[in-house]
Amino acid sequence: MIGLGLLIPLALLLGLIGLGAFFWALGSGQFEDGDGAAARILIEDEDDRGA
Amino acid sequence: MASLPVLPVLPVEAHAPVETVTSLFALPGIHCAGCIGKIERGLLATPGIGAARVNLSAKRVAIHHDPALTPPEIKAALAALGFESEALADRGTDIAAAENRALLRALAVAGFAAMNIMLLSVSIWSGAAGATRTMFHWLSALIALPAVAYAGQPFFRSAWAALSQRRTNMDVPISIGVRLTTAMSLFETFTGGAHAWFDGAVMLLFFLLAGRVLDGMMRERARAGVAALLKQTAPGAMVLDGAGHGRWIAAPSLRPGMTMLVAAGERLAADGRVTQGQTGLDIAFLTGESAAVRVGAGDMVHAGALNIDGPIQVEVTEAGPDTMIADMARLMEEAGQGRSRYVRIADRAARLYAPCVHLLAVLAFIGWMIAGAGVHQSLLVAVAVLLITCPCALGLAVPAAQIVACGSLMRRGVLVKDGSALERLAQVDQTVFDKTGTLTLGRPVPRDLDRLAAQDRGILLALARGSRHPLSVALRRALEADGVIPAAVTGLGETAGEGMEARFGADVVTLGRPRSLIGLFDLVAEYRRGGESVLLRFADALRPEAAVTLRRIRAMGLETLIASGDRPEALEAIARETGTTAIGHLRPQDKLALLDRLRGAGRHVLMVGDGLNDGPALAAGHASMAPASASDASQLAADAVFLGDRLEPVAMTLRAARRTVRVVRQNFGLAIGYNLCAVPLALTGQVTPLIAAIAMSTSSLIVVANALRLRNAAR
Repeated sequence: MIGLGLLIPLALLLGLIGLGAFFWALGSGQFEDGDGAAARILIEDEDDRGA
Repeated sequence: MASLPVLPVLPVEAHAPVETVTSLFALPGIHCAGCIGKIERGLLATPGIGAARVNLSAKRVAIHHDPALTPPEIKAALAALGFESEALADRGTDIAAAENRALLRALAVAGFAAMNIMLLSVSIWSGAAGATRTMFHWLSALIALPAVAYAGQPFFRSAWAALSQRRTNMDVPISIGVRLTTAMSLFETFTGGAHAWFDGAVMLLFFLLAGRVLDGMMRERARAGVAALLKQTAPGAMVLDGAGHGRWIAAPSLRPGMTMLVAAGERLAADGRVTQGQTGLDIAFLTGESAAVRVGAGDMVHAGALNIDGPIQVEVTEAGPDTMIADMARLMEEAGQGRSRYVRIADRAARLYAPCVHLLAVLAFIGWMIAGAGVHQSLLVAVAVLLITCPCALGLAVPAAQIVACGSLMRRGVLVKDGSALERLAQVDQTVFDKTGTLTLGRPVPRDLDRLAAQDRGILLALARGSRHPLSVALRRALEADGVIPAAVTGLGETAGEGMEARFGADVVTLGRPRSLIGLFDLVAEYRRGGESVLLRFADALRPEAAVTLRRIRAMGLETLIASGDRPEALEAIARETGTTAIGHLRPQDKLALLDRLRGAGRHVLMVGDGLNDGPALAAGHASMAPASASDASQLAADAVFLGDRLEPVAMTLRAARRTVRVVRQNFGLAIGYNLCAVPLALTGQVTPLIAAIAMSTSSLIVVANALRLRNAAR
């Protein structure tokens, strides 16, 4: 019983953190440009030389 | 930031950072990471631009800049980087996207709640009893109540809107079912009863929201595709005052009598008369045709036209809502109202289904009361009936089928704007085609090229490649399609208004306007090599397979008709070739009247057209399609846009639409059949939360699996 009392709230908390992370990602526009996100990794950052 | 871009040294001014505005520009030409990097970095080098963010999916860039920077200046900066762009004033797509995001949030909440409650329910089903069961019920209630309150909103709102207009839709039984189930379960939890149905209520919301999100995603994807093609009229113009100084004035503040200075590459912001200068105007937004129209002093020009060659001064005659393009938009809006009265299949089904379900639940309650079961047990049975018959699979039946079919069509180059378009396309029994640009390509195609010697064709290609004149472009396309290899010419040069000139060996070769004017309606170019000259004739060619496509459409049991603004003589050949009646000399209003007559005769008309003159007819048709080469207004009015030169996608879309509606009907049949099997169980009080959960998820899975059969619907 003690195990349940500890584990159920813990499971719910972890789930809520996941839900919160999804809300944050949605709100900050991370799903708006799927193609762009895939392409951006390929951009060569020439500016690094100057810094 | 560790790596600030190295900017050219600017004069340092010691004032606070100025407030910035955000402008959106459409970039039809971007396609890769290189473009993103080039634009985002390149724009930072322009003084006044604070930040730029490219969206590759929507093909546009959001630029934060100093309000003093005008749209033409930003456009010039983008052009300097090598990208064509158009200022976008439209934020309508953002509203739709926000709605979709709200649905996604609701889906996430429902999914979270459904999974956690299901975990608790599984332990109850596997034998938890007494205090543990009550505690698990309480925990479920704790999760379910906020989840239902949040995730159920889209349904509650829509149901309330329908009820307050004394109508009913699919959301009414959903809302009643979910609320009653939740309330009943809460009561059971309070009294320590054996069964709570929180899992059923939340799972129902999850499945239904999945259907809504699919529906919304499909609409947004198609809209983003069209928005990338959609260009707006200019957001403003450089206006000259008496002393010849220019000042940027936004389009809504333009007044008749002002003089606009329109540079090459800019769009006109108002209707007017040219007072100075000569240029070519691209009026593709009106006609869909890209050949430039020459204008000089005294000519009337319309808002939205793109200035190609040189600067002109235009005296404004009509501005804002009085421009011709605004007039046309109003006409289209009025014509489109008939279509908004269309009732979707799902809502028609709900009108029959909802009263039956509610009646059944009430009868179950009364029946058990008469049998002497007591209020509590009778109510439990009634709730079980509502839960079992809740249109969970019905809510998925339509969007799942439509999104699979639309995805299949999109892969084959047809963009369908929303699900109701597919339903309407399936009902069509009469098609009306525009001629120029729809049945024909709407651009010149050279004729009899094979009469030329192989060497001459090589020289022609070398000459045509150097020019952007529409006839040169047409020649290049045709010759390249034939696999001609360009000859090696030297000293290639273009004289504006005359043509191309070069040397081939010892001969001077030219491609240009003919020395003598021949034929008023024919498009002609002259090719000269040394002393010889050949006339090249151009004609607007029929789209490939146009005749076959029309025959196929007739074979499907539809009638075909050609309605054109052209001279009847010009229609004769095409009518004979396609075996279709053609009506000529139709103005936009006449086309509208024709469609009204057909509708009055009980026909469901599919209008296929491309020009702005087809816009009102496209909006008025029961369904409508436009080629991607069409004017922007027409693409906006059409239900579906097809890419490429071939006309076959029209027949393909009609076939896919009919297949989709067939699968939707099957899905309804499956879902209702499933309910019919489960209802006797519910009526006899045999349904436990476990059975309800299994029944609901199985029927949803079957419906989705059936919809997946449509993934090759576009054949």
